[in-house]
Amino acid sequence: MSEQHTVHRFYVYKRYERFWHWSQAALVIFMMLTGFEIAGTYEIFGFQRAVELHTLAAWSLLILWAFTIFWQFTTGEWRQYIPTLQKVDAMIRYYAWGIFRGAPHPYRKTPQKKHNPLQRLAYLALLSMVSPIIWGSGLFYLFYAYWKDFGIDRWLTLEIVATVHTIGAFMMLVFFIAHVYLTTTGHTIFAHVKAMITGWEEEHEPPAAAQSEHKPR
Amino acid sequence: MRTVIRQAVRLVLGAALCVLGSAALAATADHTKFKELQGPFSSGEEVTRACLSCHTEAAKQVMATRHWTWEYENPLDGTRLGKRTMINAFCIGDRPNQAFCQSCHVGYGWQDDSFDFTAEEKVDCLACHNTGGYRKLAGLAGHPAYERMEYPPKSGKFVDATDLEWVAQHVGATSRETCGSCHYAGGGGDGVKHGDLDSSLNAPPRELDVHMAADGLNFACSECHKAEEHVVPGSRIAMTAADPHGPIRRGQHSDRNPATCQSCHGDKPHKQSFLHAERLNAHTDTLACQTCHIPAFSRGGVPTKMAWDWSEAGRMNADGKPFQLKDDDGHVIYDSKKGSFILGENVVPHYQWFNGEITYSTLDTVIDPSAPVPINTFHGDARDPRARIWPFKLFHGRQPYDVEHRQLLVPHVATHALEGSDTAFWLNFDWPKALQAGAEANNRQFSGNFDFVDTRMLWPITHMVAPAEQAVACQECHSASGRLAGVPGIYVPGQDGNQLVRTLGWLAVIGALLGVLVHATIRILTHKRGN
Repeated sequence: MSEQHTVHRFYVYKRYERFWHWSQAALVIFMMLTGFEIAGTYEIFGFQRAVELHTLAAWSLLILWAFTIFWQFTTGEWRQYIPTLQKVDAMIRYYAWGIFRGAPHPYRKTPQKKHNPLQRLAYLALLSMVSPIIWGSGLFYLFYAYWKDFGIDRWLTLEIVATVHTIGAFMMLVFFIAHVYLTTTGHTIFAHVKAMITGWEEEHEPPAAAQSEHKPR
Repeated sequence: MRTVIRQAVRLVLGAALCVLGSAALAATADHTKFKELQGPFSSGEEVTRACLSCHTEAAKQVMATRHWTWEYENPLDGTRLGKRTMINAFCIGDRPNQAFCQSCHVGYGWQDDSFDFTAEEKVDCLACHNTGGYRKLAGLAGHPAYERMEYPPKSGKFVDATDLEWVAQHVGATSRETCGSCHYAGGGGDGVKHGDLDSSLNAPPRELDVHMAADGLNFACSECHKAEEHVVPGSRIAMTAADPHGPIRRGQHSDRNPATCQSCHGDKPHKQSFLHAERLNAHTDTLACQTCHIPAFSRGGVPTKMAWDWSEAGRMNADGKPFQLKDDDGHVIYDSKKGSFILGENVVPHYQWFNGEITYSTLDTVIDPSAPVPINTFHGDARDPRARIWPFKLFHGRQPYDVEHRQLLVPHVATHALEGSDTAFWLNFDWPKALQAGAEANNRQFSGNFDFVDTRMLWPITHMVAPAEQAVACQECHSASGRLAGVPGIYVPGQDGNQLVRTLGWLAVIGALLGVLVHATIRILTHKRGN
């Protein structure tokens, strides 16, 4: 492989986006920490405090999401999450094989298309499956005190809600593990994390590869 | 001289009580000035006649209550309840021990079935309305001592004659002391039976009872057990298990039991914490208030009996004499007259569903001796909207039963019960004689073949309400093997969880971690090789 990389920097993650990402990350991690305590896995804060903190974090995340949905639509960034199957096979091949051989990343990130096809599929699964499971069950859980007023207690039990919520939590934890690991697959271990902090992505591509990627579609 | 000292003590005591009492109840009548009460009185009945000369309807009212009749019909199954006929797992039964047990009857002279329940002068006003200096002695069938006497008999201790004139002139409202003189002492001693009622409630600190705290609200029993026409509401015989209503406003007419927590606090009382108020209020659909607000019973330093084994009774010491054994704190744990005891203090209650319906084993109940016999059964389950999870004292008994009839037996125990008889167990330690006398007194047959059977008795816990900040903390139940472990029909976050989901969930997490680890290892290895 040629030693003469073309390094150019471009701005991918805007300020709000980074704020959103990192505050969401903190909240999700904290909610997993308190949530698994509420489920009885360990004791850190004590049940009552864990419930209080989990509830506060949930409201914070809901507010954050309200702003973020607004941001996604006003900026048009929501299009980043439109799924595609193009090059998914290449992505899978890359993570299963190419990455060990030093093969180039099959997807070139641009500010317009900052998610690779696997990411798009993963985020789609997160948005369309994990989120509804967690938020749906979580809101029922949160408003358990009001079930009677709406007759919900006649057809729903706390056990079902708690079980579904726990399933969602495990999905989130598995996503979290994979997500964090995949941040290390950039051109350096911390390249992706750095980009997520600064907003600037550095592209290291051999000139040939870069050219091929720049071909118009 | 002794009389002078006695009078002085009473005056000081009386003055103190007057000061205490006057704050709560400024009376308009000074009973010391009533000529009817100047005496002399030679018996309780004479005092009662004097009382009734003004309080004309009082005796009739008392006679309509269970405090007088000791009788009650269970609306559930028609069984005759009340102390007269019920059995328990402590002293077992009233008949033929009336002269002893009836020291807690609001009357004078009930020592056998010949007692006249219509004689108004037999009503004991002073038992509940004294302000000191009055004590009904076991064995005197409801009478106090009218002359100086050795008490307990052959104990070498003496009780002075009751100053009936002083007691009559210093009557007042009922107090924790007067109610407690019987209700603390059920089962034969301070704190024995209930677990949440003992003499520590006479002057309790706030931590022991937030309502009765001597330095706080200082409630008398009657503040909650608000009597009307001498009918005292809030009996454990007919309990209100759930009271899902708001508070009863002053002056509001209501048929509700005024002794429930909700009658003052309402059913949605939690307001303090923004984060928890609604969550705690939602708990009231499942839990009785007492379940969280009485973290333990027998907290005042007086132990309660948790178990009583009658089969151990009757052992003699080396001299062939009955004896007692005491624990390190000086509390009796063995008595030849009664058997062996297990005592408890600061006891975490037993929890179970209760919908207000209670059924009782009676002398007619055919028992199954192969399993512990429930003396009382508290009904209800999670699906019953009238049911809540309540705290209980779970008492373990072991008491005599007729092996052939398979029915529980009442022994004749108390010394003075039958004049000239030799059947009392405490006198001659002869079980067959004591059980035969007990069966006769209850109009039952005794086959002569008896043994002892394990019994269980539940006592609902409702007193000794702790201050809010000392209520049972969330994690006491919301944790593995929490307080409510084993209570059916509830899902307790932190205690319960779907085991399959947990197993699969953690397998998935471990799988993800392993996958990541393997992937990273290969990356590192191939990267090194590439270099």
